[in-house]
Amino acid sequence: MDFRFTEDQLNFQSSLRKALEKECTTEQIRALWRTETGRSPERWAKLAELGFLGLRVPEQYGGLGMDEVDLVLLIEETGRAALPEPVVETAVIGVPLLAGLKATKLAEHWLPKVANGEAILTVGHPVNPFVTDAHVADLLLLAHDGELHAVPRERVALQHQPCSDPSRRLFRVDWSPSKETRVAQPEEAQPLLDAALDRAALACAAQLLGAGQQMLDMGVRYATERQQFDKPIGSFQAVKHLLANVAVRLEFAKPAVYRAAFSVAQNGPARAVHVSHAKVVASEAAALAAKTVHQVHGAIGYTWECDLHIFMKRAWALDVAWGTAAWHRARVASAVLDGAAPATFGYSAPSASL
Amino acid sequence: MDLTYTPEEEDFRQEVRSWLEAHVPRRPLKSFDTREGFQQHREWERTLNEARFSAVNWPVEYGGRGVTLLQWLIFEEEYYRAGAPGRVNQNGIFLLGPTLMEFGTPEQKARYLPRMAAGDEVWAQGWSEPNAGSDMAAIRATARKDGDDYIVNGQKTWCSRGAFADWLFGIFRTDPNSERHRGLTFILIPLNAPGVTVRAIAQLDGETGFAEVFFDDARVPVANRLGPENQGWKVAMATAGFERGLMLRSPARYQNTARRLVEFYRAHAEAADPCLRDAVVRAWLNAESYALNTYWTVSRLMSGGSIGAEASLNKIFWSEMDLHMHETALALLGPRAELLRGAPDAGNIGEWLDGFLFALAGPIYAGTNEIQRNVIAERLLNLPKG
Repeated sequence: MDFRFTEDQLNFQSSLRKALEKECTTEQIRALWRTETGRSPERWAKLAELGFLGLRVPEQYGGLGMDEVDLVLLIEETGRAALPEPVVETAVIGVPLLAGLKATKLAEHWLPKVANGEAILTVGHPVNPFVTDAHVADLLLLAHDGELHAVPRERVALQHQPCSDPSRRLFRVDWSPSKETRVAQPEEAQPLLDAALDRAALACAAQLLGAGQQMLDMGVRYATERQQFDKPIGSFQAVKHLLANVAVRLEFAKPAVYRAAFSVAQNGPARAVHVSHAKVVASEAAALAAKTVHQVHGAIGYTWECDLHIFMKRAWALDVAWGTAAWHRARVASAVLDGAAPATFGYSAPSASL
Repeated sequence: MDLTYTPEEEDFRQEVRSWLEAHVPRRPLKSFDTREGFQQHREWERTLNEARFSAVNWPVEYGGRGVTLLQWLIFEEEYYRAGAPGRVNQNGIFLLGPTLMEFGTPEQKARYLPRMAAGDEVWAQGWSEPNAGSDMAAIRATARKDGDDYIVNGQKTWCSRGAFADWLFGIFRTDPNSERHRGLTFILIPLNAPGVTVRAIAQLDGETGFAEVFFDDARVPVANRLGPENQGWKVAMATAGFERGLMLRSPARYQNTARRLVEFYRAHAEAADPCLRDAVVRAWLNAESYALNTYWTVSRLMSGGSIGAEASLNKIFWSEMDLHMHETALALLGPRAELLRGAPDAGNIGEWLDGFLFALAGPIYAGTNEIQRNVIAERLLNLPKG
């Protein structure tokens, strides 16, 4: 039993953090709000260059063939930076969906392009009413009546749905399913779609951790600088205790998210419960961070100018994406309260504790 | 990352499980906060020690097995799974023990640790005083050097297990001109020494789980000092770190409570307020989060990390979780929640009220949660001191 990440995993995380601190500043994020796509092709190329986009792509298709344990810290960094580009849709969910198909034709065509940064994927799953980043996706993987369809962008009609996070791009997708677009019948598609949901929810949880940590850091910085009554406001216990509560929640959410990454990578029997656990606690930690740090900032935190809302609104969006916290709590509840006796961490036989 | 056990870890689990199945008393022991129950629990400590299970992660020479922290967690899981008795000497084994190993002389380790492991010497804590609670640096009890002895005067209070314990560890002011956390010394004192008076204090449940201890020119050899003179604060902080952090509250304890709560909910689900379903799930998730966090911390410690102010995160989490679980259980019990264990119609539900009363102390002992939040803010988040 060993909960540690490897040196390589930690090094990859720190190089991505450095890259994003340079390539994904809040000024750059704001500048993109005023562009038509809201996305940066230059940054996408950079992410491909770093190896991030091909990390989950099997080696025979030009990727690194790694798994979710390798990915999770990187996804966390994208949350910390509030990265607008669809790395999760493409590299975390889209890639394994294509790689998991029995017929290899699509994977052969698309996965090398994804690894090179030449193709963007997105996924339409029944748990979400809308599809993110459909406007820039080259290929949309869409569920329909339990089947999986692969549809090029030119074959869909998009209706943009503006939402609170100005970086987010949500669309209603209208399209016509046909034999041509169908890539998996329900029997094959269902497990793939279930796994996609768990991967996506895990990714949301990791991004929520990153965004939550970013907000806590902002709150601590502000409370240290801002003076009232001739003192930094962070010297008052009323402010200290608010921020300490956020630190507790974030700290206890982390290992739940990392364990979920392990369960997804291993495709363990308790994968769904572990992912839902991660999503619930990461959502709650990030929501508390948002609310608390907003309070700590006072009126300045209520302005468009203050960067806090970039992360706060991302946290709100991720909270309801790929299963709301309530949806995930209900999934845990039915396993723990209605199902067979739940496996608890540590106690159980090795296979069941995954 | 590999969240599966090695064959060696599995073998250890099996050994612990088999031994506990054969040895855990069939009937629950009386509360160790009663004289009779205290003796029963001391006997149980002796039984554990005979199999070298009383302090498994200690070095072999002091009565342990020298196992890894991870195996200690496995031991604890099996211990709670088996429903084995509470540990009457936990102040000694889990708090003073590690402190002695860090700061004690070879003679002190040899003198105290084996007897602690054997249950021959049960320890009480002596931190708080009537005017030094959260503000522990306000300690006034003194120890004045006189030849090879210290002469101890003053009062300690809220000494857990103090009513029936054999020894007390605590910090005393050795430099009369010192202030705050300077000039304090960590001293080990036998509670039967002349000049030491123990007065038991009844707790919320009516039992005498703690005591106040009065020192009236009590003589204690200088050899009973742990660590350098006037450096007691540093030694005490290490002990407090063990207490808030890893050793005092192993995750198995709460996973066990959560499991009982789930079973209890399942048995009463139809009559239960629908809101409680969510509370039970939350309790289960909290216990799992706590276990995951502990394993995560242990992995970090095993590769050379240390536990410092992070212990405060832990203390807040387990104490609030424990209280929430018991509040949920009492809410499930509805109108029967007020029954004491001994009530004719209480069955086994009285355990939840006992547990609730105990959990109420959690946010207070081992440093109030308000103090923990200050520690987190100032030492982990680096916010300015108030």
